[in-house]
Amino acid sequence: MKKNFLYVIQSTSFDGIRIQEALDEIMTVAAFDQPVSLLFLDEGVYSLKRGQNPEILNLKNVVPIFDALEMYEIKLLYIEDESLKIRGLSTGDLILPVIPVSRSEIGGLLENFDVVLTG
Amino acid sequence: MMMIKFAIKISGSPYHSQASDTGYHFIAAALRKGYGIYRVFFYGDGIYNALRYASPPTDEREIVKRWSLLAQEFDLDLVVCVSAAQRRGLLGEEENKLLGGRESDLAEGFRISGLGQWVEAMLEADRVLVFSG
Amino acid sequence: MLHLVQDSPTENNKLVLCIERAVPGQTILLIEEAVYGARCDSSVVAQVMKGIEVLTICALAPDLEARGILTEETLPSIRRISYEEFVDLAANSKHIHTWL
Repeated sequence: MKKNFLYVIQSTSFDGIRIQEALDEIMTVAAFDQPVSLLFLDEGVYSLKRGQNPEILNLKNVVPIFDALEMYEIKLLYIEDESLKIRGLSTGDLILPVIPVSRSEIGGLLENFDVVLTG
Repeated sequence: MMMIKFAIKISGSPYHSQASDTGYHFIAAALRKGYGIYRVFFYGDGIYNALRYASPPTDEREIVKRWSLLAQEFDLDLVVCVSAAQRRGLLGEEENKLLGGRESDLAEGFRISGLGQWVEAMLEADRVLVFSG
Repeated sequence: MLHLVQDSPTENNKLVLCIERAVPGQTILLIEEAVYGARCDSSVVAQVMKGIEVLTICALAPDLEARGILTEETLPSIRRISYEEFVDLAANSKHIHTWL
């Protein structure tokens, strides 16, 4: 049984443990050999920003986990253009290559997947 | 036509948001209409829905107990994520025994297991729905 | 596709963002605090009215009633639905997403 999963990432390392538990879930889905894509929206776009040091606050750095995604066959990373722009960021500020999608396309993008979840 | 089966994740703590209330009412309505609930998976702060010793004042709704009763009435599979639970100090019977022999922290009708149970539920069910705080 | 929104539009902009992200033909269900967004005089009524032109927007009746939001206070094109209708709506939507 295969389903195509999309996880919508809307939080950062600094928003409680949400993103860490989301990544645990994403890794488990990938370990079941299911195709997973990620979509970064709203505050979630900050989670890909270069140069983060959450260790300063004794928080876990999730950036290495994102770096390791490729090993898990998690290849498609989408990002909402408007979410980046409103935060004064561009794709060049991010640690990984991403596919920009415009806000008006999001609803259509979600329908391309079998299961959509929030991280 | 085969009845639709839902996989449901509850990741809101019972007293921080309306998530466990909405989730409960949705699941109860679905079961009474004859829909299937393949599994309910408690993740993140949702694990607080399973605390055996939750004892609210008598004039308040009993969030934990009503899950147990629903599980009993409909043979519902209520699974608490082991890693989310351990991180927050909720332990199943086996883990508690290792620490000194107390019984399980889980209320009646809940069982503790891994994230794989959630992934399996998402693969087996027709619809996936999340109630979060 | 069914979008679920649960936050009040005066608490954050999630309802407005959901309307902007949904594509024509999709459905938005307002639950919990988001039902304040069904009111005729909410702060986001212009965006909600614009959304209704191409989307179906419903609100969970018990959440409206619990908050004392009367039928005459809500936009007439927003249907009030019961938990039973919510279940049917979810069962009939191949895609469901909860906007946290």
